[in-house]
Amino acid sequence: MLESLLSMEALIALIIGVLTASGVYLALRARTFPVVIGLTLLSYAVNLFLFVTGRLTVGLPPVISDQAAGYADPLPQALVLTAIVISFGMTAFIIMLSLKARAELGTDQVDGRLDGDVAPDEHGAGRGGERG
Amino acid sequence: MSHLIIAPILFPLLAATLLLLVRRVIPLRVRRSLNLVALVIQILLVSLLVQRVAGGEILVYALGNWPAPYGIVMVADRLSVWMLLVTSLVAFFAMLYAVRGTDAGSRHFHPLFQLQLFGLSGAFLTGDLFNLFVFFEILLLASYGLLLHRGGANRVRAGLHFVALNLAGSTLFLFAVGTLYAILGTLNMADLAVKAAATPPENLGVVRAAGLLLFVVFALKAALIPLYLWLPAAYSSTSAPVAALFAIMTKVGAYSILRVYTLIFGAEAGPVADLIGPWLLPLALATMTIGTLGMLAAHELRRQIAYLVVVSVGLLLTAFALGTEASIGAGLYYLAHSTFAAAAFFLLADMIAMGRGTLADRLDPGPVIANANLIGGFFFVTAILVSGLPPLSGFLGKYMVLNAAADLPSMPWVFGVILSAGLLGVIALARSGSLLFYRAEGLIERTGAAGRHAVGPNWGRLLPIIGLLLLCVTLVVWAGPLSDYTRATAEQLLEPSVYIRAVLGDPPSP
Repeated sequence: MLESLLSMEALIALIIGVLTASGVYLALRARTFPVVIGLTLLSYAVNLFLFVTGRLTVGLPPVISDQAAGYADPLPQALVLTAIVISFGMTAFIIMLSLKARAELGTDQVDGRLDGDVAPDEHGAGRGGERG
Repeated sequence: MSHLIIAPILFPLLAATLLLLVRRVIPLRVRRSLNLVALVIQILLVSLLVQRVAGGEILVYALGNWPAPYGIVMVADRLSVWMLLVTSLVAFFAMLYAVRGTDAGSRHFHPLFQLQLFGLSGAFLTGDLFNLFVFFEILLLASYGLLLHRGGANRVRAGLHFVALNLAGSTLFLFAVGTLYAILGTLNMADLAVKAAATPPENLGVVRAAGLLLFVVFALKAALIPLYLWLPAAYSSTSAPVAALFAIMTKVGAYSILRVYTLIFGAEAGPVADLIGPWLLPLALATMTIGTLGMLAAHELRRQIAYLVVVSVGLLLTAFALGTEASIGAGLYYLAHSTFAAAAFFLLADMIAMGRGTLADRLDPGPVIANANLIGGFFFVTAILVSGLPPLSGFLGKYMVLNAAADLPSMPWVFGVILSAGLLGVIALARSGSLLFYRAEGLIERTGAAGRHAVGPNWGRLLPIIGLLLLCVTLVVWAGPLSDYTRATAEQLLEPSVYIRAVLGDPPSP
């Protein structure tokens, strides 16, 4: 029992770590689609993390009972639900915004620079782009 | 338990819902008046609350009558109500400007504006860390909509960065909150303060890490160096009334820093006391320096004002970082001033930009704008105000911060940075003023401008600017009672045990 829990915790921690790492990597990419996916992965990671903050337990009742040795913590589940709803809404929003950016800027580059548009002078290119 | 405490949260939500429902039914003119009336009522509600808490009482509202720490509580103390007052006043004048035409083109501007207010009020009043996250998300989601109002390539690009950064920030916030809950087993801020002070040594590292992670999140909202990079683009590309309202947004971060690091990780927190002490002052001073350099380098007036917001955040957090009663009190006084002044400046920059045609607010010599003397006069007054020259409230705020720093060991740094940032700020604004108003070009443009002189100044748009400037004058005229209030606020903040007792009741054993 104890070993299985220990390994379960290790597994969950590993999953959270991998999700976060992938999320950070993708969020740092230059195009909007990977960025959106990266932010989604980050939110998955944090949701899982929140869920685990109540500790991993097996077979413990969430409501009061006479035979219970202990109780599963119900609060993290409520927090996760809230966080899921919020991140869901935010993801929907940023997807729409990326589509709008693709339409308005003509590129899915996060800085709105066209492909192959190398900026010889960072300052000039930035300002020129802003006026466009 | 008075329901007045939650009224500043519920009322904007109600107004937003109403405005959303009637957006197709009622003409824009009526919706504008409805929104303005709602904002006036909000100011009145907050004023009632000010009267209740000014004496030092901490009002607690337990949602659903669940006692803390099991239920979520709303807490109104001097600090939250001061923030609410500043917010509702800025919101009113920003809306007064927006109804002059900015709000056209989208049916959702008015509901979003009220939702933004809903999120802001909630963030200031909540006594629960997770609830703070939720209200952050509400105000952010509304702010995304407002930022992108009327679209355009600039706004979309700045908006994309703003949204992506804030989503990453929210994730960090959740990680920090989750860690705190996992170790301390509570989310109520007062209860967190009690539990954090009693952290067993083996968990100290994790709690400290979570506390510092929270600091990163709040620093992102407050635009503290190195997390300020989103601000200039976002603030300078959005519409003027939204930028004016956003003048309060960085202050949400500053408020959270002040609240969390005086209450949970404050001086009385035992092993986790003074968690961000070594970080905040250097970062705040560096923020002021970088912001000032940004002001000097800016090529557009609105970008310059956005950097001005960064500078004011630096000064504000410097005052908070010094951590004495006098410095925090001075910082809170300066907070009100800098919010009103930045909002007025954003609105004024919009008027200047409109008078310059395609040149907009770019800092290049251009045609003489219509009513140049009047607008130039306003520019002059606002520049004096924001750069902290006497006799207006910027000077008083800065003087109070400097005065509070005079006896502290960090005095040379604080004096050096604040005074040189002030000087460079004056130079930057003087250059902008002379470019915009004195080096305006000759005869060909003059005929066009002369034609516009017949139009006369747009008093409808000037009115909110005058209102905001008058608020700054009020800050000077009633500087005595107001600084007494902010000083009392600081006193209250530095005694977290009073707050904790108000929320949790008397401890069973002392």
